[in-house]
Amino acid sequence: GNKLSSIPNPALSVLDKKTSYEDVTSYNNFYEFGMDKSDPKQNAKSLQTTPWKISVEGLVNKPKVFDLSDLLKLAPIEERVYRMRCVEGWSMVIPWLGYSLANLIKQVEPQGSAKFVEFISLADKKQMTGLGSEVLHWPYVEGLRLDEAMHPLTLLTLGLYGEVLPKQNGAPVRLVVPWKYGFKSAKSIVKIRLVEKQPANSWWLANPGEYGFYSNVNPEVDHPRWSQATERKIGDEKGFFGPKRKTLMFNGYTEQVGSMYAGMDLKKYY
Amino acid sequence: MQVWTLKSTIKEYGRYAIYLFCAFPFLRLLGLGFTNSLTANPIEFITRYTGTWAIVFLCCTLAVTPIRKLSNMNYLVLYRRPLGLTCFAYSLLHFLTWLVLDHQLEFSEIIPDFYKRTYITVGLAAFLLLIPLASTSTHRMQRLLGRKWQKLHQLIYLIAILAPLHYWLHKAAKNNLFTVKIYVGIIGTLLGYRFLSWLIKKYQLSFSKMKIR
Repeated sequence: GNKLSSIPNPALSVLDKKTSYEDVTSYNNFYEFGMDKSDPKQNAKSLQTTPWKISVEGLVNKPKVFDLSDLLKLAPIEERVYRMRCVEGWSMVIPWLGYSLANLIKQVEPQGSAKFVEFISLADKKQMTGLGSEVLHWPYVEGLRLDEAMHPLTLLTLGLYGEVLPKQNGAPVRLVVPWKYGFKSAKSIVKIRLVEKQPANSWWLANPGEYGFYSNVNPEVDHPRWSQATERKIGDEKGFFGPKRKTLMFNGYTEQVGSMYAGMDLKKYY
Repeated sequence: MQVWTLKSTIKEYGRYAIYLFCAFPFLRLLGLGFTNSLTANPIEFITRYTGTWAIVFLCCTLAVTPIRKLSNMNYLVLYRRPLGLTCFAYSLLHFLTWLVLDHQLEFSEIIPDFYKRTYITVGLAAFLLLIPLASTSTHRMQRLLGRKWQKLHQLIYLIAILAPLHYWLHKAAKNNLFTVKIYVGIIGTLLGYRFLSWLIKKYQLSFSKMKIR
């Protein structure tokens, strides 16, 4: 893809060995393009990423529609190496390019009543072959609490591995929330709404017993069908016959994000 | 001189085709392994691959009797053993992949999975029930057990319910049931055939009894 220049942000990066570009771009969950991991790479070619607009609206003083070109110069683009833990029990380490979502949200001036942020992905049957599936309600909707959305780690993401986002990874603009299970990081976003009530996110709607709103990575709270205590790192340098890795609380980001959940029963708010 | 017919060819060479068919998924898996083509998550791939083939061979095993009866090719019964054993072999690989590769023989994780997660309990039950069937598959055991052999091997009907249920429960949470429904349809048809022929037999029997009176 096209190159995208960036400045490394070592303070917000992990030192773990990165997952290969090949694996990051060929093993994807992006159900708008099919349910197999290999489907998005095949099927996302039909996605039209230019022109692209994101409307930021809701409980804000200055709602605005941003062009992709606006987003590219809204703040300096950083490279951040994040852990990514999928709810299915596998993980990757990915060098993302982008900047804190807070930069964008500040531009529209949230009102005092705004408590949550809702992210809405593109749902266009002409471009997305997987929308016929009844697994989820389309468009794909995700949400964060406002403080989570404003957290410096929450990345508005425009690229990876030094280039603009490949289509199968949620081009042209997606979210990356590294301390939550991967599905919280909405892809190909077209609308961001600031709202008062907790949004009904797609996976929670599809199966509330298995996928909560918070979905913070938590080795102590099992998924009903499997344990979340360990994970398999894709392309693990120890080989795939090697032992699984222990999953870390908040995916290893406790120091940065733990205080946001002080006093909350994380078994209840999973 | 023997006249060439489709049936005589099947009779002559059919079993080689069956052996080849039984070995094919395993050989393909080896091929994929040696060419590094087991996807980015090889363990998940192997687990699903062996599980899928186990259920395919379960369907094939169950298909032997209906096809034999409908086609009047009685020698097809000879294919049932290799197909059934192959179903067991892929189930064993499926189970071992989960036990050794996925769970690394970590019994503190494995034991709770057996009872905490319904789809695993169901899958394990199906696998365990296959063991007595596979281990009594020889001619010797068949002779030794006599009538009991028949009775014992009716366990396959229970397995034919548990195995697709295991698959269904695994896929149900994501409401991704298309493939599962295909297998349920096939197995349902094969079991339905047996139920129907049992019903007809029973009806005919009572009918003939009536006539005698």
